[in-house]
Amino acid sequence: MTTERPNPIKSDKNGLLALKQVVKHFDISGGLLDRLRFEKGRLKHQRTTVKAVNNVSFTIAPGETFSVVGESGCGKSTLARTTLGIYPPNSGRILYRGERIDNKNAQQMLPFRRKMQMIFQDPYASLNPRMTVMQTLEEPVVFHNPSISRNQVKDRVAEVMSQVGVDPKWAARYPHEFSGGQRQRISIARALMVDPEFIVADEPVSALDVSIQAQILNLLMDAQDQRGLTYMFITHDLSVVEHISTRVAVMYLGTLCELSPARTLFESPRHPYTQALLSAIPKLGRKKTGHVKLKGEVPTPINLPSGCVFHGRCIYADPRCVEEVPQARTVENMVIVACHAVEEGRI
Amino acid sequence: MSHLLEVNDLEVKFGLRLGDLTAINGISFNLNKGERMGLVGESGAGKSVTGFAIINLISKPGFISGGRVMFNGRDLAALSEEAMREIRGNHISMIFQDPMMTLNPVLTIGTQMVETLQAHRSITRSEAEAIALEKLKKVQIPSPEKRLAQYPHEFSGGMRQRIVIAIALITDPEIIIADEPTTALDVTIQAEIMDLLQQLCESEDTGLILITHDLGVVSQVTEKIAVMYAGKIVESGPTERVVNDTKHPYTQGLIKALPGSLQPGARLNQIQGMMPTLTDIPPGCAFNPRCPICEAICRDQEPPFIPVDHLTRMVACHMVKPDPSMGTR
Repeated sequence: MTTERPNPIKSDKNGLLALKQVVKHFDISGGLLDRLRFEKGRLKHQRTTVKAVNNVSFTIAPGETFSVVGESGCGKSTLARTTLGIYPPNSGRILYRGERIDNKNAQQMLPFRRKMQMIFQDPYASLNPRMTVMQTLEEPVVFHNPSISRNQVKDRVAEVMSQVGVDPKWAARYPHEFSGGQRQRISIARALMVDPEFIVADEPVSALDVSIQAQILNLLMDAQDQRGLTYMFITHDLSVVEHISTRVAVMYLGTLCELSPARTLFESPRHPYTQALLSAIPKLGRKKTGHVKLKGEVPTPINLPSGCVFHGRCIYADPRCVEEVPQARTVENMVIVACHAVEEGRI
Repeated sequence: MSHLLEVNDLEVKFGLRLGDLTAINGISFNLNKGERMGLVGESGAGKSVTGFAIINLISKPGFISGGRVMFNGRDLAALSEEAMREIRGNHISMIFQDPMMTLNPVLTIGTQMVETLQAHRSITRSEAEAIALEKLKKVQIPSPEKRLAQYPHEFSGGMRQRIVIAIALITDPEIIIADEPTTALDVTIQAEIMDLLQQLCESEDTGLILITHDLGVVSQVTEKIAVMYAGKIVESGPTERVVNDTKHPYTQGLIKALPGSLQPGARLNQIQGMMPTLTDIPPGCAFNPRCPICEAICRDQEPPFIPVDHLTRMVACHMVKPDPSMGTR
């Protein structure tokens, strides 16, 4: 039972999904009058944008569990939604099996939507309270296969329900009749209904208790083994990440700081932010070893700091970090870090 | 030696149309001066209700239906609302999960701190402000003079929780009850707030009851721990012993279910099923339907909560045998 699952990264170099210099900004300047400002006796027209994701690039290999971690407001959920085309990116490209999907219209996206599904954090909000489990689960199948017969749909629903550990007898019930853990099983079932290849899970266990969390993580890992799924896993819970991921991307203020195989990242974090983040995890039964304290607070993504976005809080920052944006570079086998200090060998 | 706080057989019920629901079913524990204790369990175990019951703040239809909460020789469960107000926020303070819900958004934090002090002591506004300033410095708020005149929305989440801690400390209480104080915060901020809370409790010799679902946090901050399940304490003892030499199958299951104790990628050890709702707690031991070592007696008889060694370890489980050196009781 404790055998390690095969590491799929090396087996495929082309990747299932690739993000290339993806940028997502949100305009929050409001109406015309809100945008006008008086400055030095002149009326100025000014836009305010939240720079949620800035120049993020990576490739996800088939069969991989690719985790994105970071604190609230770092842009990880925006990144997840941009990846699936829920938000169109401002610039950059998103490739699925080598084909660009960021510039497709809804009709052209249909075949891709079947292959890419999403699981959300809050199973209380993501299931329609006025639809029975049956209705919730059959909707995506019928939508993507209009010619399918009633009986085939019913069989499929029953099959997937038993796979996720919900008794098919309960198909006529409504979401409020289920506990949080069971609802999350139903949302996983909904994602599995159309036989996807790629699932984005945005904080799928954050709303659940520890004993239920273990059940859901096991279910996700089993589904991956049986169906050869690829996951993009968004979470802030680092112990979950350490357990399930093959590779981990660490984000800070919309920027990718470090991208490494999970084991390497947890054994020897390279980026100063990753080091601080990992040292803050409370570990059971281990007396505190003193975490790396960061000075100050996360700046707002409306006015990003110049140079490296982390420089104001970094103990290794020097004048170069204030001026020049560090590029993501491969520092050793499969370890990508965006940090001048790491590049110059100062860390 | 008498304890600072002694909870004896506390029972809390909620009166509903279909009958009374028992949320807390006879729990006992105590806290010494300056001691830090963790109250751990999953949602619905009764941790927060216990916290509220200690300061007699159970709102209707809930009520304390039995037991005593002895504090400095007085039973808080039997005190009048007026007498209780003198204790609550003065001798025993509480910190809640969400600092934005705790702070009043239309008052400056200076006003809120001064108000708290003036409610309990007859002092002038400027005297109160001086104390408020001193407490803000203690919780490491930068430029506190300026901050006193600001409103809660001008602070970040971590800063707000620091202010809530400063308000809880302002009357120099003997006990602070912290209900999930860092659950809404990011992990780096959580580490800072927990450090701060521990350090302040140590320097002021304040007792702490830390209510949380996070075993990792509890194991770093507290000296002793009580694990709750379906309205009862199932295991208690020194934190280090409970975490490293777990006796009760529920606590064992909780710890094993944590990712991080296993080889990455391995199947996690899950506890089957889920915690029963208060309306259908099974007979016998409440944990029996989910328990891997359950036997016939567990389905019939409720296990007594008894000491199992000389180190104040207590466990409620038929299958856990007391240390042989304890002799027959």
